[in-house]
Amino acid sequence: MNTLAKLVWIEVKLFAREPIAVVFAFAFPLVVLLVLAGVFGTEPDPSFGGVGGVDYYVPGYLAVVIASIGLIGLPVHLASLRERGVLRRLRASSVSMTGVFGAQTAVHVAMAAAGGALLLVAASLLYDVRAPSSVAGVALGFGVGTLSFVALGLLLGSLAPTARAAQGIGLVLFFPMWLLSGAGPPREMMTQTMRQLSDLLPLTRVVTAIQEPWLGTGSNLSELSLLAALGTAAVALTAWRNAEGPAGAATLRRKPA
Amino acid sequence: MGSVIEVDNLRKRYGSHMAVEDVSFQVLQGEIFGLLGRNGAGKTTTVECLQGLRRADGGRVRVLGLDPQRQTQQLRRRIGCQLQEAALPDRLKVWEALDLFASLAPGGPDWRVLMDQWGLTDRRTASFAGLSGGQRQRLFVALALVNDPEVVFLDELTQGLDPAARRVAWELIRAIRERGATVVLVTHYMDEAEQLCDRIAVVDGGRVVASDTPQGLISRFGGPIKVTFTPDGHDVRFLQDVTHVQAVRRRGDRIEAEGTGPVLALVAAELVAHGLVPGDLKVEQPTLEEVFLRLTDDQARHREAAP
Repeated sequence: MNTLAKLVWIEVKLFAREPIAVVFAFAFPLVVLLVLAGVFGTEPDPSFGGVGGVDYYVPGYLAVVIASIGLIGLPVHLASLRERGVLRRLRASSVSMTGVFGAQTAVHVAMAAAGGALLLVAASLLYDVRAPSSVAGVALGFGVGTLSFVALGLLLGSLAPTARAAQGIGLVLFFPMWLLSGAGPPREMMTQTMRQLSDLLPLTRVVTAIQEPWLGTGSNLSELSLLAALGTAAVALTAWRNAEGPAGAATLRRKPA
Repeated sequence: MGSVIEVDNLRKRYGSHMAVEDVSFQVLQGEIFGLLGRNGAGKTTTVECLQGLRRADGGRVRVLGLDPQRQTQQLRRRIGCQLQEAALPDRLKVWEALDLFASLAPGGPDWRVLMDQWGLTDRRTASFAGLSGGQRQRLFVALALVNDPEVVFLDELTQGLDPAARRVAWELIRAIRERGATVVLVTHYMDEAEQLCDRIAVVDGGRVVASDTPQGLISRFGGPIKVTFTPDGHDVRFLQDVTHVQAVRRRGDRIEAEGTGPVLALVAAELVAHGLVPGDLKVEQPTLEEVFLRLTDDQARHREAAP
């Protein structure tokens, strides 16, 4: 096994040994979805654009899984690896930061997929969820959304000085995005200002990119390209942030105590 | 023996703080070289520049003939590092860490052998969080050796260990040298430096203030050696004419002859020649600790500069 594969495998095992780390990403969207689905049911409703609450929210909460991993789980994990000197130790043994970030990407994409699958299974067992109009479109929206939010997570994890800071930043970003992205109150119900804010949030793009092909209400191409651009920008900034010095001095920029 | 590390006028600043102002030294092949200094003296920054973990602001550094800034990857294949304040993920197991780091250095020794040599085999499935301080250090040393390095950097290896574990760590450091590697040891423990190091550079305020063997430092900067005994009423003024004796004075009922170098043997021989065989002849050698305090204590330096 090469080093990248080993890093990925080790990360998987570490998460398996400390499953509490992924509880939030898995449980929060599921619980909220089940509550909302229980309240709004499957009757078509004009405030949900003429579909049932369950059908409206299932794609939305797939996006919330992505957001909780990209905004909280990944940055906190990465910042804690750096804070504890794990990244430094790896770097001293020629593990490239590209390798570390690649492994984190692989593991967190897999985690998002698992969280999404869990959500779908639970929702369809409990409710009569309408099948997606375009499975490929949903998969593409979920995939691009995940990659762009994982890229965002790598950037946040590189910027946050400590795991605590990463958690604070992550929560501050997560909750407004969750409430305003359409995964909270439907966008149709929002005020003008809320909708304008909502338009600016990347999570809104993910929600729409999964919702549209699911409900067959439109093409998600513009969302996909915006998310791809966001992801690319985040990757570029992450690379810039970590590339200073002989081997990426981001983890060493702090003055030693 | 050629030199494996050459550092000339190394300089490194963090913002307005000059961490390393002017550090120069050479490390010879096969020796244990100590960088000795107080906290914040610039030791860690210096070795981090040597390992290619930091970019120097000035000066010239060569490790195994390589430039750590430009030939970082080539260099890292040939050096081993134990870093200050580094950790592994809590849930990572001993064997997994060794296996991972070994995969970075194909062609190195079998990590299972290392695990055995460093007494970690019965802890192989223990997680990092569950290891004792000494076990963690053994693991870090084993990880530093997975690529069969020619130079090993140990930064405060024994920090936080109890005295018994420190003794064990010293044996480990000697064992690394036995393997044929050159060792650069960063420490602020005098006994450690005195016990282990072939040569020492004392770093203070970002500069090398002295560099020599431990014994050389002691004889150069340690001040005089004191030989004391009870004369039992004999006249010992003849001691003043013994070579290497600088002063003879009375302290209570004891005589104290102060001198340098082989003063003990010379005083003893002269006493015997005069028929004196005191049973309580003692020598007080200056220690490396005294040398260190003398060399690094700013206040002491000012006192000496302006008596």
